[in-house]
Amino acid sequence: MSHFLHVFIQGFPLLIGGLKFTLILASVSIVIGFIIGVFIAIERVYGRKISYGLSTAYVEIIRGTPLLVQLFILYFSLPQIGIHLSPLAAAIISFSLNSGAYQAEYIRGALQAVEKGQMRAALSLGMTKWQAVRMVILPQALRKVLPSWTNEFVYLIKYTSLAYLVGVPELTAQGEFFASRNFEFMNVFLSVALLYLIVIFIITWAFSAVEKRVRVPGI
Amino acid sequence: MHFLSSSIAVLLNGTWVTVELTVTSLFLGTAVAVFVALAEVYGNIWIKIAATAYERIIRSIPILVIMFIIFFGFPIVGIRFDPFVAAIISLGIRSSAYQSQIFRGSILAVSKGQILAAKSLGMNGRQTFLYITLPQALRFSIAPLTNEFTIVLKDTSIAYALGVTELLREGTYIVSTTYEPLLIYSLCAAIYFVITFGTNKFVSSMERRFSIPGYEIRGVERA
Amino acid sequence: MKLLEVKNLKKSFGKKEILKGISFNMDKSETIVVIGPSGTGKSTMLSCINMLTKPDSGEVLLEGEDLVKTKNIEKMRQKIGMVFQEFNLFNHLTVLDNVRIGPWKVKKISKDAATEIALKNLKKVGLEDRANAYPAELSGGQKQRVGIARALAMEPDLILFDEPTSALDPELVGEVLEVMKKLAQEGMTMLIVTHEMSFARDIADRIIFMENGYIVEEGTPDKILFHPEKDRTREFLAKFRRE
Repeated sequence: MSHFLHVFIQGFPLLIGGLKFTLILASVSIVIGFIIGVFIAIERVYGRKISYGLSTAYVEIIRGTPLLVQLFILYFSLPQIGIHLSPLAAAIISFSLNSGAYQAEYIRGALQAVEKGQMRAALSLGMTKWQAVRMVILPQALRKVLPSWTNEFVYLIKYTSLAYLVGVPELTAQGEFFASRNFEFMNVFLSVALLYLIVIFIITWAFSAVEKRVRVPGI
Repeated sequence: MHFLSSSIAVLLNGTWVTVELTVTSLFLGTAVAVFVALAEVYGNIWIKIAATAYERIIRSIPILVIMFIIFFGFPIVGIRFDPFVAAIISLGIRSSAYQSQIFRGSILAVSKGQILAAKSLGMNGRQTFLYITLPQALRFSIAPLTNEFTIVLKDTSIAYALGVTELLREGTYIVSTTYEPLLIYSLCAAIYFVITFGTNKFVSSMERRFSIPGYEIRGVERA
Repeated sequence: MKLLEVKNLKKSFGKKEILKGISFNMDKSETIVVIGPSGTGKSTMLSCINMLTKPDSGEVLLEGEDLVKTKNIEKMRQKIGMVFQEFNLFNHLTVLDNVRIGPWKVKKISKDAATEIALKNLKKVGLEDRANAYPAELSGGQKQRVGIARALAMEPDLILFDEPTSALDPELVGEVLEVMKKLAQEGMTMLIVTHEMSFARDIADRIIFMENGYIVEEGTPDKILFHPEKDRTREFLAKFRRE
């Protein structure tokens, strides 16, 4: 145990450096993914045939294929058509696209859970459909979707570890780098696991505090 | 286009390994998860705490890190696994945490009234569980288990990192000789897609066919 | 010119014909109450007037402009308030914001002016002290009064009431009807679908009896309720009195 602590403390600065990348990857991706998700969800619920079809295809394809394959397509394949992305950029883009599809599903479910009467009442005031979605439906839906975001952020934190495989120096990568120098594979990866555990615990706790904050009676 | 047909043959080999990984890990996960779920629902307070801690901790660690602990960490304490086995153990353990959550949720979803009715017929605890709770809980589990299947299937691609020659690793071998990453990785994606999409469609059609009115339940999204 | 002219309105859902040619007129400041058995298209008729349900054929003229053909239905809906059976208050907004959002965000008047209008109308329905509550914290009767204030805040030419008291517990019906009576006295133009017969007698300038997608008969409360010409009307009222 003391030996583990020794390794943990020794590796701490390096691992924290990696954790910074992990958090950047996850936060940027969840924000971009959210923007994608809102638009895709609105198209899936209120869109006409073509935009409905396209957005549905997007969601199904992303959800039906592994994130790692999506990352490899972006990082290794795009140079073939002349687009060179840095590991970090490729990771952020693929995580955002991936998260966008999942968030679209959460938001779609929440949009559909808002009662029909809300739209009718908004239209009866003279709102356009877009105004009604923006001012009445979406604010209610987004509150319903909050718990899924905790899930989504936790998911992203864990899966940003895949960025290691294209060379982003995030937490897992730094662990691997550290362990390959001192051969303390067990203790180093347990340290890495412990850091993920702590971060995810804090995030879960913080998000539920936010949830309580923005709660509106009856939603 | 000769390389294309030989590539597809190699990818199909990888696909077979992917499916093996998926199925074996899922079964391993189920075996462990049943005990964890029963412990969480029916255990005494200490067993409950231990089972819940197991579930929470495993769910908070990236699958890649679990794989590294099993594959690189255990040899330090003298236990060596080959990549394929290490991948199965990792995916299995991780899946057990999610499956126990599914089973626990399904058991608790069986309403109190059902249990009371069973007791009123004179059933004991074991009979109630076997004849009333379990059959309903299994039904509730179908949709989330299908979801879990697709999650594990997709995550077998991460066994790439241990050098397991599953679909993505085979694809990468082909890419390194043909320099056609876009085509080959897209083919890989297509194969994963066909399996997950096909499975989802198949299960939901089965669900419709065997549905009991009032019993529909939707799967949880990625957990 | 009449304020509202409805001409030969027809609407089917699938094979089922709900409205089979509805025609009537409304003058400014008139209160019309629509009565009739459930499921005879009264609510559909209301929502065909502000195009929340698109009629299959017919005309709906508001001050001569046809709402069926208009290019800017949102502009026209601003002139027609609607009060719903299920209230449909915006769940995520406070009472004040529910009433203010129309003038502020749709009519685009300043926030201060919209607030003033909202408070004035909340006062009219007796709920200015609940301005900061959320809909879920109100009783059904209070919700419906907010619904009325929300419609009033748009300063509409006409308000449609779709069974405004049907979702309320009996002891809460009175407070909503009181508010509506006051509006009628102040000269608001109101088209009301309701099952409250005594309320209809007190408040209506005219009553329309509707059945099976047709207007069977219309006239003053005295004529429709006490001296109806058609057998169908008599039967309906007799059934009602027995209950």
